[in-house]
Amino acid sequence: MRFSALEILKQGLTGNKGWTQHWRDPAPKSNYDVIIIGGGGHGLATAYYLAKNHGITNVAVLEKGYIGSGNVGRNTTIVRANYGLPGNSEFYSHSLKLWESLEQDLNYNVMHSQRGIINLFHSDGQRDAFVRRGNAMRNQGDDAELLSRDDLRKMVPYLNFDNARFPVRGGLMQRRGGTARHDAVVWGLARGADQRGVDIIQNCEVTGIDIENGVVKGVQTTRGPITAKKVGIVVAGRSSQVAAMAGMRLPIESHILQAFVTEGIKPAIDHVISFGMGHFYISQSDKGGLVFGGDLDFYASYAQRGNLPMAEHVMEAGMALMPAIGKAKVLRSWGGIMDMTPDGSPIIDKTHINGLYLDAGWCYGGFKAVPGSGYSFAHLMATDTHHEPAAKFRLDRFKTGRSLMDEEGTGSQHNLH
Amino acid sequence: MRLTCPICGERDRREFYYQGAATILDRPDPEAGIETWDDYLHNRDNPAGETRDLWYHDAGCSSWIVVTRNTVTHEVLGSELAKDVKGRKS
Repeated sequence: MRFSALEILKQGLTGNKGWTQHWRDPAPKSNYDVIIIGGGGHGLATAYYLAKNHGITNVAVLEKGYIGSGNVGRNTTIVRANYGLPGNSEFYSHSLKLWESLEQDLNYNVMHSQRGIINLFHSDGQRDAFVRRGNAMRNQGDDAELLSRDDLRKMVPYLNFDNARFPVRGGLMQRRGGTARHDAVVWGLARGADQRGVDIIQNCEVTGIDIENGVVKGVQTTRGPITAKKVGIVVAGRSSQVAAMAGMRLPIESHILQAFVTEGIKPAIDHVISFGMGHFYISQSDKGGLVFGGDLDFYASYAQRGNLPMAEHVMEAGMALMPAIGKAKVLRSWGGIMDMTPDGSPIIDKTHINGLYLDAGWCYGGFKAVPGSGYSFAHLMATDTHHEPAAKFRLDRFKTGRSLMDEEGTGSQHNLH
Repeated sequence: MRLTCPICGERDRREFYYQGAATILDRPDPEAGIETWDDYLHNRDNPAGETRDLWYHDAGCSSWIVVTRNTVTHEVLGSELAKDVKGRKS
């Protein structure tokens, strides 16, 4: 079914009884050209672009839970392209361009809202760093705008500009940044892939990867063995476990990142705002809830829930930046499992096993990368050549020390990102 | 999550600094080669379940400790002083 205003009108007048399911629920076949392990945003995007860009449609996406049950449903939905380092810069720039045409492309409303993201600065040194970052973004062809304190007072008057320790001095704004509805993104991609012939198989956990003489042959699953010429691992959060099935040890440690949402309130926060000093970022969902988060809990964890010290820190940072939100009640908090790499940047690469590919290590930035990651990983799997915008996301960069992308400049070490 | 320090007992997690997997104590020979050093510095077992990691009791007794805990449940199962663990073949 194609969605359109006319269709909504027609369905509305006929009791909304004619809507059909968005994708099929096929049983797994015994063989595919390509198997994608992981039905999250990145895995579904990979399958979608394999079909759309490369005409490879004999593809299965194997998801151990249901579509939307993993990290794609456990984030703060921010979409931006404000990176500074070569490697990241061109990749996220490409991904943002894909976001801008994704809804038309998918014929699906993913509620992509380019409301603008503002990164606040609080000191001269931080201003200098943001000017540099803004110039890097513009050199990449993206938009960046330096805002003065007076500009901000007009745009976001509710900030605590005169905080004694971290006064707001200005901000770096990317107007093309914003948010998207995370569930709709995977639903739209699943529907788009399914329409092109991809089998999306839920409740199908991969339990083993079959390898003979250094060549991948297929996978073992809870719904039986499946053979394939190529297998892609796209399971950020659980990459270490799945890669271990192929005898690999990855440069990844899994950490917890918490996020919070309040009760719905009237429209108050029109942008995505990040507080550079307290590691706090916030936006308001279309339902009215304030969605916000902070830094990692900073210890290895798969618990999908965090501990109170970081929750307390995030609330304190929020209250320091915008005291007005203290009246809103927090409804829920959750934790996503982050594939943390030593330099804080991702991996899209082949492995030492022929036909086995890896898309992993998305750290705390995977959501905005969904279309870009799928596009570049599909290119790699289809052509065996690296897609230019993602060409620096190599697995061996830690060993060689070349092209490390340490965006925070803290060092390429596991506990520093 | 509260961690147990062998010297100070059960304490708030905020008193501790997290270093990472306790394998960092098994430092290879300087001439062990690039593969061994890459593996030591970057690659991790990263288990979902029981793990052993290295923490520094920053706001307490300043000991480095190895904590055994479960990464799925956050249950803390025990701890030892790192100096008692280092060099011991397990």
